[in-house]
Amino acid sequence: MTTETPAKPGAAAAADAPGEFNAHLEGQQLFKAWYSGLEQARARGQNVANVFVMGNAVEILRAFDFQLVFPEINSLQTGVRKVSEEYLRDSEDYGYSPDVCSYVKADVGLILREQKHPSGTIPKADIAITSNMCSTFIKWGEIWERMLKTPTFTLDLPGQRSANWQVRQGDAQHMADTKWVEAQFRDLISRCEKITGKRFDMDRLAEVEDRVNRMVAHWNNVMAFNRTCPAPYNAMLDGLTYIGIMNVYRGTDEGVEFMRRLEESLRAKVARGEGRVAEERFRLLFSGTPCYVSMRRLVELFESWGGVFAYSDYLTFAAGGMDAAEMVYDTSRPLESLAEITAMAAQRGLSNQFFAHERLAQQIKDYDVDGIVFHGIKSCRFVSSGMADTRNYLNQRLNIPSLYIESDLIDPRYWSDAQIKNRVDAFFESLQQRGGTPPAPGGKHSSTPIGSHS
Amino acid sequence: MTHQSQAEREAQLGAILERCNDLRLSPVPKEGSLPEGYTGTLGHFPVYFPEEIAHACGLLPVNILGGGNKLEMKHADAHMGSFICSICRSTAEMGLNGSLSGLTGFVTHPICDAAKHLGGIWARNFPEQLAQILYLPQNPNTPGAVSYVAAEYQRLRGEFEKKAGHTVDDAALSRSIRIYNRNRQLLRELYAIRRDEPWKLSCTEGYLLLRARTRIPCEEHNALLEAALPLIRARDRAAQDKPRVVFVGGFCEQPPLEMLEAIDDACYVVEDDLLIGLRWITSDVPETGDPIRALAESFVDRSAASPVQHDERKSKEGYLMEMIESSRAEAAIVTAAKFCEPGLDEQVAWSKHLDEVGIQYLVLEFEEKMTSFEQMAMQLETFAESLLFSIA
Repeated sequence: MTTETPAKPGAAAAADAPGEFNAHLEGQQLFKAWYSGLEQARARGQNVANVFVMGNAVEILRAFDFQLVFPEINSLQTGVRKVSEEYLRDSEDYGYSPDVCSYVKADVGLILREQKHPSGTIPKADIAITSNMCSTFIKWGEIWERMLKTPTFTLDLPGQRSANWQVRQGDAQHMADTKWVEAQFRDLISRCEKITGKRFDMDRLAEVEDRVNRMVAHWNNVMAFNRTCPAPYNAMLDGLTYIGIMNVYRGTDEGVEFMRRLEESLRAKVARGEGRVAEERFRLLFSGTPCYVSMRRLVELFESWGGVFAYSDYLTFAAGGMDAAEMVYDTSRPLESLAEITAMAAQRGLSNQFFAHERLAQQIKDYDVDGIVFHGIKSCRFVSSGMADTRNYLNQRLNIPSLYIESDLIDPRYWSDAQIKNRVDAFFESLQQRGGTPPAPGGKHSSTPIGSHS
Repeated sequence: MTHQSQAEREAQLGAILERCNDLRLSPVPKEGSLPEGYTGTLGHFPVYFPEEIAHACGLLPVNILGGGNKLEMKHADAHMGSFICSICRSTAEMGLNGSLSGLTGFVTHPICDAAKHLGGIWARNFPEQLAQILYLPQNPNTPGAVSYVAAEYQRLRGEFEKKAGHTVDDAALSRSIRIYNRNRQLLRELYAIRRDEPWKLSCTEGYLLLRARTRIPCEEHNALLEAALPLIRARDRAAQDKPRVVFVGGFCEQPPLEMLEAIDDACYVVEDDLLIGLRWITSDVPETGDPIRALAESFVDRSAASPVQHDERKSKEGYLMEMIESSRAEAAIVTAAKFCEPGLDEQVAWSKHLDEVGIQYLVLEFEEKMTSFEQMAMQLETFAESLLFSIA
């Protein structure tokens, strides 16, 4: 969820056509407007809510006209802007261990600095929505309760209970989970009514949902474009801008328009046979979270070998698991449908992180990748705890080459450039030895559509 | 009892404690060595697990508490990063080295993300075992939480029935609840001794007696406690000049026994959260009516607290203060297991709060696999001395 402009790799990469939608520039402007909106929220008389990118209740909050703060995005932006270490050190001086999530620590640093962020002053929230999707969210919310006296609401979303967990919309297990999620939404609504002094408006919820539906439809097509060879964008660089907009502008007109224009521009790019890299030699899957302090550098290490991240599970779980055709709200019964889809999305996109081998095996096929890059983060147990075991499993079962690298979300002290470069180079050498595609004009494939993305 | 000499009673209690320690070190019972009436074992990861359901199904509940400080890690390094807490890594190791091959099933919980990942690790490596995440809610405050928990328990009951090969009626569940209620009562008595006459029962001894339940049927554990309690009460021991402290941080990964002994040498631990999952339900579960609902209600409304359970009714600072006040402790030992993110978060919160209210505390970080305790013993001794001087 970066807003920095990615460098175009390779001289042969086509420049954006004049007047063409520039997703990065548009994304930067939207992010700037969002931060500006945060600063003005109080003056506008808006209530403010803290939410996470996964397992939130954004649709309900938007129906109440809350201004949304995404503390994860605030934290990662300290990394993008190369100031994260200062915030992290403040937090460690306060008492937090190096083993605690660096997003949490950057946010504690922000609190200790009276909410002064490089992008502006972040307003204190009237309510925070945490969830069990990532266990750290809950502890993070407790820190706000303690340090800022922010009331929190913890949304408990029942997850995938075992391997081969086949839950389909409308079946008994899904309905049982939905009932629990809906009860919590009703509880949240009554709390929001007390905070805002407004009556909940079901029609407004339906309107927000309609916009989310349209965003998600575009988003699914955007995701599907990268099943094409060559991949039109890099999931771990361009994709970070897209996912940022998916979250921050979810359910808004600006979000719908961004996604519509993004889809349009990528469709045109695919039609022209243009890839993200001039010569796509290796299609890769990135599993894990970005390292926002050095993401451009990391991607450069891969793209210099003609390797492009066609897919990343980050784009699935950090968008709340909504990238599937069935994730469509029925706006004729907005609240019930919100609970149904939330229960499904939580399992499809988030809690299945714990049984990652199942979805990765599918995504390897869907995106026709040559290898997987696992990015372990010491302070992020959500993505990292099962990574080595998943890697072993996939290596043994699917014989898929993989690389494991370790750094951090935003802590530059964990980025070791020479070590990572050596590992990346060795990985590509081994891919070549396995019979990887030699460099050729036009790249590995030539505009071969793999998945359907109509 | 009255005819026994003090030495005989002490020997009898010593034998019980010795057995408890053997149980602590003993492997999970395999088929052929299962207690009568049990057809399998159900491994459950900390913190809380409704043992009554497995018990009623004839699956012996076995609390999986990591590998302690005697386990050699040979396989887990390739399956879990070095930055993951020791109990998760050693649990994986025990699975991979075959120590847990006798388990019928393994249930983990959403206490933290590393613990949840154990569900996947189990599914990938031991597909013959039932591997489940029991999604106990992190929001027990919304109306409807009890119904949700009850539905989850019913689901689990169905899974256990399939594994056990037979259905289990409500009467069997109610019987198990009665047995566990008796256990809860005995454990409350055990902790009352620790609170009221801590010189009669050290933290280490109390811990061994409690932990024995993780390897034997509850009814057998009841008999063990019924034998031990009168012997403890009859102990003729003089109170020593030691500070009364509360120990927190032992809710999941377990500190080595040597660490508890070092604490005992310096302090009276009058309350703790060691294996709090075994004491999670704080009063009797209703023995009439729907047993599954009774268990669910008890989880939501009659339960303890831990850093890994969110509950708006129980702030972390609030429950620590309640532990300190109800046990008349004068200080706290605030520990966290290495790499345990929730524990490390709480350590900051607790320390700041104790600073605010002016209660002395000692911060310690431990790891189940640690083997050197000299430095910790010295810290504890200094802490105890400073407390005694400040109190005097």
